[in-house]
Amino acid sequence: MNRIAIALTVSSALALSACNRQPPEVTPDPPQDVVANPTPTPTPTPMGPQPGSQTHFADAMMGADTIYFDTDRYNIDNEDMVALRRQAEYLLQYTNARATVEGHADERGTRDYNLALGERRANAAKNYLVSLGVPEARLTTVSYGEERPVATGSNETAWARNRRAVTVMITR
Amino acid sequence: MRILSSLAVAALLLNAPAIAQDDLDPATMASQDGEPEVVAEQDDGPLRGTVTDDSAWQDLGIAIAAFATNRDVDTPANAQGTEALGLELARVVYNDLRFNGLFRPVGPDALPRPSYDQITAPAFGTWQGRSAEMLVHGFVRANDDGRLTVGCYLYDVALQTELVREGWVVSPAEWRRAAHRCADLVYSRLSGEDPFFDSRIAYIAETGPKDNRVKRLAIMDSDGANHRFITNGQSTALSPRYSPDYSRIAYLSYVDGNPRIYVYDIDSGRQQLVTESPNATFAPRWSPDGRYILYSMAVSGNTDIYRVRSDGSGRPERLTSGPAIEVGGSYSPDGSRIVFESDQSGAQQCYVMDADGSNQRRISFFGGRCATPEWSPRGDQIAFTHIAGDFRIAVMNPNGRNMRQLTNAWHDEGPTWAPNGRIIQFFRTERNSGDTSIWQVDLTGDNERRLRTPVGASDPAWGPVLP
Repeated sequence: MNRIAIALTVSSALALSACNRQPPEVTPDPPQDVVANPTPTPTPTPMGPQPGSQTHFADAMMGADTIYFDTDRYNIDNEDMVALRRQAEYLLQYTNARATVEGHADERGTRDYNLALGERRANAAKNYLVSLGVPEARLTTVSYGEERPVATGSNETAWARNRRAVTVMITR
Repeated sequence: MRILSSLAVAALLLNAPAIAQDDLDPATMASQDGEPEVVAEQDDGPLRGTVTDDSAWQDLGIAIAAFATNRDVDTPANAQGTEALGLELARVVYNDLRFNGLFRPVGPDALPRPSYDQITAPAFGTWQGRSAEMLVHGFVRANDDGRLTVGCYLYDVALQTELVREGWVVSPAEWRRAAHRCADLVYSRLSGEDPFFDSRIAYIAETGPKDNRVKRLAIMDSDGANHRFITNGQSTALSPRYSPDYSRIAYLSYVDGNPRIYVYDIDSGRQQLVTESPNATFAPRWSPDGRYILYSMAVSGNTDIYRVRSDGSGRPERLTSGPAIEVGGSYSPDGSRIVFESDQSGAQQCYVMDADGSNQRRISFFGGRCATPEWSPRGDQIAFTHIAGDFRIAVMNPNGRNMRQLTNAWHDEGPTWAPNGRIIQFFRTERNSGDTSIWQVDLTGDNERRLRTPVGASDPAWGPVLP
């Protein structure tokens, strides 16, 4: 018992002193986090990507297919509105297109709560699209909780990239 | 063969009914009969002492000698025969007892091997010379029908008396259960606590990189043995929970592309949705009697807790309402109350309600957040994930008082109780790599260790003591 207690005290003292030497919380992203996921270049066909396909949508959005959230939040801010308006324009232009909104959370939560949080985020994005006139029947949602991170680091930058709602075309 | 002095016991052992085959392989399951049978037990009260005051117990030296055999014969349980199996049995008992902080066991590899006759008439002088205070002896015998009889004896070396004995007849595939029963016998007799080693754990096995993790439903014995994958990893599986009778596992799967709870029947290998609904369902929990399953369901983004009969009859009942996230839930052992988490105050906190959803009230008022609450099978504590910067495993009284953190790491999550409510398992996630592993800790927080699993491991769910 005593030995264990001493060992614990010593190791926590070491841990504390080690912490004090570290700059607070700022960890640079590992290289693989900085590099954005390379989108596979569409195979060039004479026709180009089919309107309503995921490739066509992603090309048209240029990043506006994803909106981001603060920790534990699911409100749509001004930046999100700009992105969602572009999504809505696309969906209103291509009336056959159907989409799923995927809700995601960062790893700094508990698993079940993150699933619920992903549901909130996906539905917040969906509801805004509906408010812009996109028929609700053409939109579905799915929550992945913390299960599908795009940035794999454990730092604020990576977490901010993972707290997101992504609109994806449903290919038939 | 010499007639044992404990002839009566031997006869009882031989007459014992067949032990249940609990191998979860459906092929062998069908051919089974009967329950594991306790065949001999001496009924003295437990020694004095409490588990929470473990200082006195640390010095209790227990010698666990290799189990003897009457005849070294072939057995499917061990390629080298019953004598080698006797050594393995004692090793399992030793490993069970060494990690809970109560005892200071010495295992069979460091001890002389008793003869078969000495199992019922120990050479006490030898053991006194080795400063052993307690002595575990045992034997294993291959029966004509292929089954094994395993006996387990606990002696007080100083008093030179037998404290307790028990025997079991098991199929060769189940030999480890006999060892766990022996460890349970010793543990219970010396600590006064309920047994827990003869139990199983369902969990999620994790492989692959962090951004493309494969998560499979898997099961194992409480010590990590008899590991088996249930799903093949093609779709993500999460949050398993054994039914109280071990016949089914409720868990989340993305098999149809959406998060849905399925109830998997271990015998048939078939599974069905917990409820027919287009909505996401997650966080399944069984009632202690197995009649109900709690689940969380998101409707238009709003998550609440529902209750449905586990036999599929009747309609689901909604237990919580309002725009906040209400999720999870864990029944009190008597089934009358449920502890759950809600962010209605602005952040995750723990709440208690009656089993019908009435009388909801918040219980966590210490700093930080309260998540994934799990009611102890003893009813006296609630374990949860305490989020205050880092994520730690903590316990509190059911009224939210006396919060104590048991672990200290970057991210410990998801406590699950041992059947006797004295030990907690949880999973630990490593910063950056995201690697996960299952750990266990006792209620003092002093005795923490990692469970060996074949691959990464998360979401442990400890079942009750096996029937």
